[in-house]
Amino acid sequence: MASVMDRAASAAAASPSPRPVFEVEGLHVDYLTEHGVLHAVRDVSLAIHEHESFGLVGESGSGKSTLAMGAIRYLASNGRVTDGSVRLNGVELLGLSRKELRKLWGASIGVVYQSPLSALNPSIPIGRQLAEVARLHLDMDAAAARSRVAEMLTKVAMPDPEAVMRRYPHQLSGGMLQRCVIAMALMTNPSLLIMDEPTTALDVTTQAVVLDLVADLKREFDSAILYITHDLGVITKICDRVGVMYAGEFMEQAALNDLFARPLHPYTLDLLGCVPRFDPTPEKRSLVTIPGAIPRVDELPPGCIFAPRCEFVEEACTRARPPLREVEAGHLTACRRWEAVPPPEEYLREATEAVRTAGVAAAEADALVEVEGAEVHFKAPKGVIRAVDGVDLRVCVGQTLGVVGESGSGKTTVARAIIGLTPATGGDITLRGDSLPRTTGKRSRSTLREIQMVFQNPDASLNPTRSVGDAIMRPLRLLGDMSREEAKRRAEELLRAVSLPVSYFDRLPHELSGGEKQRVAIARAFAADPDLILCDEPISSLDVSVQGSLMNLLMQLQVEKQTSYLFISHDLSAVQHLSDTIAVVYLGHAMEVGDAVRVLTPPFHPYTEALLSAVPLPDPDVQQKPIRLGGAVPSAMDVPSGCRFHPRCPRFLGEICVREEPPWREGEGNHRIYCHIPLDELARLQAQTLVFGDDAGDRDGAEREEHDDGEVA
Amino acid sequence: MLKFVLRRLGFMLLTVALASIVIFWATTMLPGDVATMILGRYATEEAKTELRHELGLDRPATVQYVDWLGSYVRGDWGHSPSMDTEVRPVIFERLRNSLMLASTAFALYVPLGILLGLVAALRKNTWVDNLISVGSLAFIGLPEFVSGLILIAIFSIQLGWFHAQSAIAPDSSFVAAFPYLVLPAVTVALTSLAYVVRMTRSSTVDVLQTDYVRTANLKGLPPHRVLFTHVLRNSLLPTVTVVAIGIGWLIGGLIVTESLFSYPGIGRLLLFAIQRRDMVLIQATALLIVLIYVVANLVADILYAVLNPRIRYT
Repeated sequence: MASVMDRAASAAAASPSPRPVFEVEGLHVDYLTEHGVLHAVRDVSLAIHEHESFGLVGESGSGKSTLAMGAIRYLASNGRVTDGSVRLNGVELLGLSRKELRKLWGASIGVVYQSPLSALNPSIPIGRQLAEVARLHLDMDAAAARSRVAEMLTKVAMPDPEAVMRRYPHQLSGGMLQRCVIAMALMTNPSLLIMDEPTTALDVTTQAVVLDLVADLKREFDSAILYITHDLGVITKICDRVGVMYAGEFMEQAALNDLFARPLHPYTLDLLGCVPRFDPTPEKRSLVTIPGAIPRVDELPPGCIFAPRCEFVEEACTRARPPLREVEAGHLTACRRWEAVPPPEEYLREATEAVRTAGVAAAEADALVEVEGAEVHFKAPKGVIRAVDGVDLRVCVGQTLGVVGESGSGKTTVARAIIGLTPATGGDITLRGDSLPRTTGKRSRSTLREIQMVFQNPDASLNPTRSVGDAIMRPLRLLGDMSREEAKRRAEELLRAVSLPVSYFDRLPHELSGGEKQRVAIARAFAADPDLILCDEPISSLDVSVQGSLMNLLMQLQVEKQTSYLFISHDLSAVQHLSDTIAVVYLGHAMEVGDAVRVLTPPFHPYTEALLSAVPLPDPDVQQKPIRLGGAVPSAMDVPSGCRFHPRCPRFLGEICVREEPPWREGEGNHRIYCHIPLDELARLQAQTLVFGDDAGDRDGAEREEHDDGEVA
Repeated sequence: MLKFVLRRLGFMLLTVALASIVIFWATTMLPGDVATMILGRYATEEAKTELRHELGLDRPATVQYVDWLGSYVRGDWGHSPSMDTEVRPVIFERLRNSLMLASTAFALYVPLGILLGLVAALRKNTWVDNLISVGSLAFIGLPEFVSGLILIAIFSIQLGWFHAQSAIAPDSSFVAAFPYLVLPAVTVALTSLAYVVRMTRSSTVDVLQTDYVRTANLKGLPPHRVLFTHVLRNSLLPTVTVVAIGIGWLIGGLIVTESLFSYPGIGRLLLFAIQRRDMVLIQATALLIVLIYVVANLVADILYAVLNPRIRYT
């Protein structure tokens, strides 16, 4: 029997294929629930060709995963495909039996999911799991399968494939695991590769490596790729065409550049405006907010489903549902008023406003909280975990300090040390000059009142048995000495301040959406009128549009109440959007600190440089020099000697980086970089490599500079 | 892995040592005087004092303890006053009987329990699942003296298939003893069956919902491959642990069943010893039962580590 690969190869050779490999036409997917039938996906069509990558973008409830799983007929037991047609290589999928589908799954269809650790069987070595595919679909025996697996692992740039094959999933890092899963999915050169948020669970730098890999593999393998994500930046890295879904329907489909340059649907336009643009200037602007909320699939409005939230809405929009149709070459939209949709630049200028100007890291006099040489070490049976290993920070009154770092950087631990949840084991943390006791137990009530925290997961930080009102009143009663009536009034004020209806007072958390819960958490943090609020990844788990509105809320409240923030995130765009000053942390130590504008423009610390070049920006025209970090973040028990970044540093100098800890190089203002390379040297090297913006002039200028200097002095 | 086993072994010895202290101390607390029991109520005080001195009962407790433990470890388990014989052969004989009963019950409930649990999980929320789940729940609550009596009433008295009492001769072979083992084994198996079924069902349901099973399905593997290669080795982990620990109970803890059926096992021996205030026998038997439990736990730990690669290196 001809192997799948042979068949695909001959098919490709036979016709230079204008025929799409994967076609979906008028697909409807329903879920049967106790509340009745939910029409999760309605009348959806798309087509993907060989070597082409289709990006499926949408927020929660958009139906993007349902669409993909429904198309390949892998739905939960209460899911049904009720209408439409799905064709893979011309073969209709919707009528096939389970047995016939199983022949396609794994052979012609490969799937890569979000969390690589849970996607692999924890009790079986990696090599064997991957070999299963080869043995089943490629008719190989054990030995042949093993060598095929080794071959694939090499293709996905795994160091030492033989060793990896003997390991168990829990022994590898997230990035390596995801590469194994990709290798497994591509082993049979499938006609269709579905990738459902494959990099969401990974660090930014790891994500960049995986995205590079996917872009390479796209060229090498023939597969049509359906790439599902909520991240507009990631889309620009590998997708040729993009489809935007909303509440179960397509709003727009277009080629990548067309979609970003000239979206023809208000929802797409708004989405683009919700994502912070990478723009290191002192002026802080608000983001676009989409009023209202994503409708539930069983509560859809008549007419256009986006109409209630659209600012270009007309009466006619609410009467009949506009179909998705092609209005320009290759550009489909479901908006009747597509011609009235303005270009993004213009729209963004009008729809957003300047909120404040970034402060500079002023003198000590204005410092609210200072962290000096903070250390948090945990004793483990095998050694010491140096989670925080020498961090200096300063938060000024009324300003935001953004702390950015990846997993293992210690940023959350630092915050917990500042607020006293995890005692610091070394160093000093002061509030207005006075040293803070290390644990909350030892702090005075007034101190507790002055520093509050917003956590990442609102489901976990709000007591599910307490109403919203109770949650907000709690700090008021405990720390504010208020009577119940006063506290209630203040709580209602706070609800209004975070744009929640006062009627939510008696609701329980599970009745609120993720964004609403986080607003409650923010209201609770502001309740005691603190001077400093620590925000630990407060928006990472939320939809894009909700993230935008929460960032606006945080900025607005800061202006009103002159509260300081310590904003922790791995999302560099969000950090630069909100922060006055930024600290970049790696493996427990700060690498670069200073005013936001300075940190984000050259000269950078090599780690900052790598982070900046890894962040996927939602702009297809931007050029980013790919600076990629090899390997993974080392364990905090085994911190590298000298400069802890040296094993992965793209600008590694040599012996000195291994032997000695770097000095702090002082730049302008309070800008400091922890590196052996002097600042002017860094500035010189980096001005030529990292380019932002689509200004052709800039690029030419940079190239010319390179020419002129020849062997750069 | 070796370090893992050695560590567990160390804990095991520590546990047994601590248990021995507790056993010894508890028996000294028992009301009733050994000398009185042996010599009778009308013995003179002098005779009793002399006997106590002979038996070494007037020495300080710690000395007695060390002496006892030392002898025990060397295999000298003493002489039972109430049975007037060396303790060790009696215990071993009873232990053998208990092992026969345990293995019969084990063979009954473990395979059947796993099978029923799997079926219930695969057919979740259908009538098959409901029948199995509700049925097993019913049996969990049923104490052995109730289920045993019912079984006797039906199969012994009504149908006459089996003997009501299982008082076999102490040196019976397994084959000869087998007809007498059936009813007590089924009694014990009924209760344990329910635990295994529920444990297997719930862990299988969990595993079926994992991402890696989804991956296995989407690789195109046929359902039986998914089940045997991917599901079972993960879903049976909790069951294996529960079963392995249950072996301890199965051998040493069947006092009620053995009493009901007059089966000469080790549980009944312990009961007899307590009733007779026979310290020597109590201590020896109790410590052996502790040893059985502890070894069963050790086996469970090792088995778990063999099946679950993630904890092998701790």
